[in-house]
Amino acid sequence: MTEIAFAFRCVLSSVLIGTTLAAAGEIPMSERRSGYDMMSADTKAMQDDDTANPASLWVLEGETLWSTKTTNNKSCADCHGDTAQSMKGIAARYPAFDTKLNKPIDLGQRINLCRAEHQNATPFAPESRELLALTAFVARQSRGSPIVQDDPKMQPAIAAGRALFEQRLGQLNLSCAQCHDDNWGKQLAGSTIPQAHPTGYPIYRLEWQSLGSLQRRLRNCLFGQRTELYAFDAPEMIALEAFLMWRARGMPMDAPGVRP
Amino acid sequence: MDQSRRELLTGAAAFAGGLLLVSARPADATPASMQAAIRNMLGDVEIGKGKVSLDIAPLVENGNAVPMTVAVESPMTATNYVKAIHVFNEKNPKPNVISIHLGPRAGKASISTRIRLADSQRVVAIAQMNDGSVWSDEVNVIVTLAACVEGL
Amino acid sequence: MAKPLINVPAKAKRGEVIEIKTLISHVMETGFRHSNIGEFLPRDIITQLVCHYNGEEIFRADLFPAIAANPFITFHTVATESGMLTFEWTGDNGFSATGQANIAVVD
Ligand code: HEC
Ligand code: HEC
Repeated sequence: MTEIAFAFRCVLSSVLIGTTLAAAGEIPMSERRSGYDMMSADTKAMQDDDTANPASLWVLEGETLWSTKTTNNKSCADCHGDTAQSMKGIAARYPAFDTKLNKPIDLGQRINLCRAEHQNATPFAPESRELLALTAFVARQSRGSPIVQDDPKMQPAIAAGRALFEQRLGQLNLSCAQCHDDNWGKQLAGSTIPQAHPTGYPIYRLEWQSLGSLQRRLRNCLFGQRTELYAFDAPEMIALEAFLMWRARGMPMDAPGVRP
Repeated sequence: MDQSRRELLTGAAAFAGGLLLVSARPADATPASMQAAIRNMLGDVEIGKGKVSLDIAPLVENGNAVPMTVAVESPMTATNYVKAIHVFNEKNPKPNVISIHLGPRAGKASISTRIRLADSQRVVAIAQMNDGSVWSDEVNVIVTLAACVEGL
Repeated sequence: MAKPLINVPAKAKRGEVIEIKTLISHVMETGFRHSNIGEFLPRDIITQLVCHYNGEEIFRADLFPAIAANPFITFHTVATESGMLTFEWTGDNGFSATGQANIAVVD
């Protein structure tokens, strides 16, 4: 576990402020906003300038890995060529349905499949530096690409993800939707509740002082809900990812993002 | 307060509390230890107000990486330049943040970095000129979301 | 070892003041934390960044634990002549990383 607090000092600020807590329901398409919109000017600037965005360090490492040959003498570049062409818009349509495995997989899993099947190499561990670096490098090619989640074969996963999103969970009996559909924009212990659109992943989270995947971000919210943490790559994780991408369909990708 | 509101408030507070782990921390740097660190670095000099501008947002959303720029008014010529810039804080475990050594070849005495702020506090930037004079600026920063939450 | 990211304009006019931006991977472990299983995490930080321009030192920074993880440092210099800027980061536990950038100076 790496969620170790930065232990200089811990302060508690206000809890949820706001009076209207009626279940607002699904956010209308026209009112959807990326978490980016709710950040301070400083944090936005950190994301916007590639020379300042700490995620660029992982992108750079990913670029190196992309052209590194494995034991079968194959690099990602050997098969996929120029990423700006071959990987454009790819991250914007994951998770996707894998016909060979007959199940939905996310981008990290897709990259690991290529490692295993096409590079004769051991897959990288979830959240490993290498996997995050390659994912960031691939996702970077989708900046500005609209999120697509329209494969009918993904429908069961999206429906399962929606059910999880709306279900009250954990000791606190809170659902994701109560915060992210009904109370977005309000303050929770000093942070603004975003709408939870996965436009920027993997993200450099200031809280983590590191890059991390959407799954890691989801585990943080699950942990907050005092509920069972789904294992990395568990079907529930992929389903939540698929639902969040469907919910954000049409929104432009801004990966790798910076978030507080 | 109706039931669902209370429920959400309690839940939300607990949610925030659960987001992060709390760790033991050592004695903080205090205004006094910051003063001592400044004297250590610069000796017993008179510190004037002015010439230095310390730019940090007065309200930051996460204390783990707070963008900061220090610029010093100076022609940066061979005979009139900034020798060093030091930044100190009041409430992190240690008062020093960064010390920069430059010279006329910098052309412009302006540097940026990202710093950690454990809590809302005063940050002080001090410039040492080649003529021995010392100048400073300070900013009070409010950290809205410190890196962890200490229970209720 | 992760490569640092160095941003120096490839070309500049003689006498022009240019901005240099550097970013490097490092945890900058403060030495004031414990892991979630209670283990003390010893200090592990970068303590210095030095930049030379064609061999002459033009900038030096001493870093303390209050510098954020993955240190980002920007500064300025006068473009005096074509050549190379070299960067060296050093730190705890024998940490050392280097990088360089070329600059073409035109009249
Ligand atoms: C008690 C309110 C609350 C609940 C319940 C909650 N979250 Fe969150 N969530 C937050 C807050 C607050 C943030 C932003 C944290 C920050 O900025 O530090 C966040 C961030 C996110 C993000 C990142 C958005 C971005 O811009 O990158 C996603 C995705 C997310 N949540 C999904 C979920 C899912 C899925 C669930 C249910 C399993 C859930 N959340 C439950 C409060 C909540
Ligand atoms: C030997 C050739 C080969 C190598 C090497 C290879 N891939 Fe692939 N990759 C493929 C093929 C073929 C597909 C299409 C799916 C399939 O049939 O497996 C694919 C699919 C993908 C996709 C999904 C594209 C889409 O349209 O959904 C991504 C992303 C990807 N690869 C990334 C990588 C990365 C990153 C690496 C290096 C770690 C890599 N690949 C190495 C052959 C390769």
